[in-house]
Amino acid sequence: MSTIETHTTRVTVTVNGREVSEEVEPRTLLVHFLREQARLTGTHVGCDTSNCGACTVLIDDEAAKSCTVLAVQANGHKVTTVEGVGNGNGGFSPVQEGFRQEHGLQCGYCTPGMIMACTALLAENPQPNEHQIREALEGNLCRCTGYETIVRAVQWAATNGGAGEWA
Amino acid sequence: MGMIPARFDYRQAGSVAEALQLLASCDDAKLLAGGHSLVPLMKMRLVSPSTLIDISGIAELQGITDAGSALRVGALTRHRVVERSQVVAQHVPLLAHVAGLVGDPQVRNRGTIGGSLVHGDPAADLPSVALATGATMVVTGSGGERRIAASDFFVDFLETAVGPDEILTAIEFPKRTGAGFGYEKFVRRSMDYAIVGVAVQAGEQPGIALVNMGSVPRRAEAASQALASGAGVDAVAALAADGTNPPEDLNASADYRRHLASVLTKRALLAAGYR
Repeated sequence: MSTIETHTTRVTVTVNGREVSEEVEPRTLLVHFLREQARLTGTHVGCDTSNCGACTVLIDDEAAKSCTVLAVQANGHKVTTVEGVGNGNGGFSPVQEGFRQEHGLQCGYCTPGMIMACTALLAENPQPNEHQIREALEGNLCRCTGYETIVRAVQWAATNGGAGEWA
Repeated sequence: MGMIPARFDYRQAGSVAEALQLLASCDDAKLLAGGHSLVPLMKMRLVSPSTLIDISGIAELQGITDAGSALRVGALTRHRVVERSQVVAQHVPLLAHVAGLVGDPQVRNRGTIGGSLVHGDPAADLPSVALATGATMVVTGSGGERRIAASDFFVDFLETAVGPDEILTAIEFPKRTGAGFGYEKFVRRSMDYAIVGVAVQAGEQPGIALVNMGSVPRRAEAASQALASGAGVDAVAALAADGTNPPEDLNASADYRRHLASVLTKRALLAAGYR
């Protein structure tokens, strides 16, 4: 019986301000690194084909789909997940609060990715119009809300503190 | 859980020379840039390279420079950078416009122009810009640099003229400052690949190129020649699908694609200022 040789490589990522350094196989996807090595399960695997956006995180403050990024590609970079955007005292960021106020979720599966995509939008464009909000969210699918309440959630956040702050 | 690529060795290249050395020394290696065409293929196990050579850190392949009559875009330049570049918007506005229509914001943050072009997907947006503007691909191998016209670059389905030991390093787009342009992308959902797309570059050397109208990205040659010789919008649009062999799938029959090519060509011509 042959043994399968497994090469690993060290990946060090600053996740929500905390350094996470692990030996992983190069084929490890960033979303799995976040969930299984960093033990942060807020980032969801949805379609696994870079369509649905449930796995959206920020890499160096830019939105990315972590199911389509290898963990080694984030080596030495900063990653922000939904766990990293609260107000620092266990409370919500303006975007999270907007989703609560405007009922921007029902089942909640897409929500972590939506929060991160909306956060990236408001960080870049603090006062987006409705068209810009819809364009910015074209890579995030929601099968519950029909998007109307998500658009209103972003508008709520835009007038109540914006993108918020993160490490 | 989920779709995971087959095992591979991971190497990083810090320069084009180092990447070429690694390519020559590894069997069945693939270059990794943004990974937004390659990683999905690897997850579906459509490709399983033995080695990935990560070129994303090579500084000399990044950025946009004004090269006189052309803009030189480094192969590793991300779609988001192209989309927002003032110099691209001024001199090759079709490129800036179409870069902003690739995938979705997350994909544009990671995907690179060179990665999209060497992928050779007939349904991708950017090859049509290279073809319509008459861009030149700059490819580097162990024997030095060679320059390939966009019209000779796309060889077959997911296959380009880049050799196994070569790297696409830059794309040179001839300046089309002040000239009109149009891009029509027919999709059912905003972030989808085009069912059919048409790019039109107006100006002294006009060009029309098609998206998803065959196994390779291609120029609409008959329509482009008619446009150059002053034919009217309807006459040019009627020639759009000439010589194509469009695919049939759940989205569209071949006949419907030919119809779309003509309709979209007319719209793109009108957007580019032709009447």
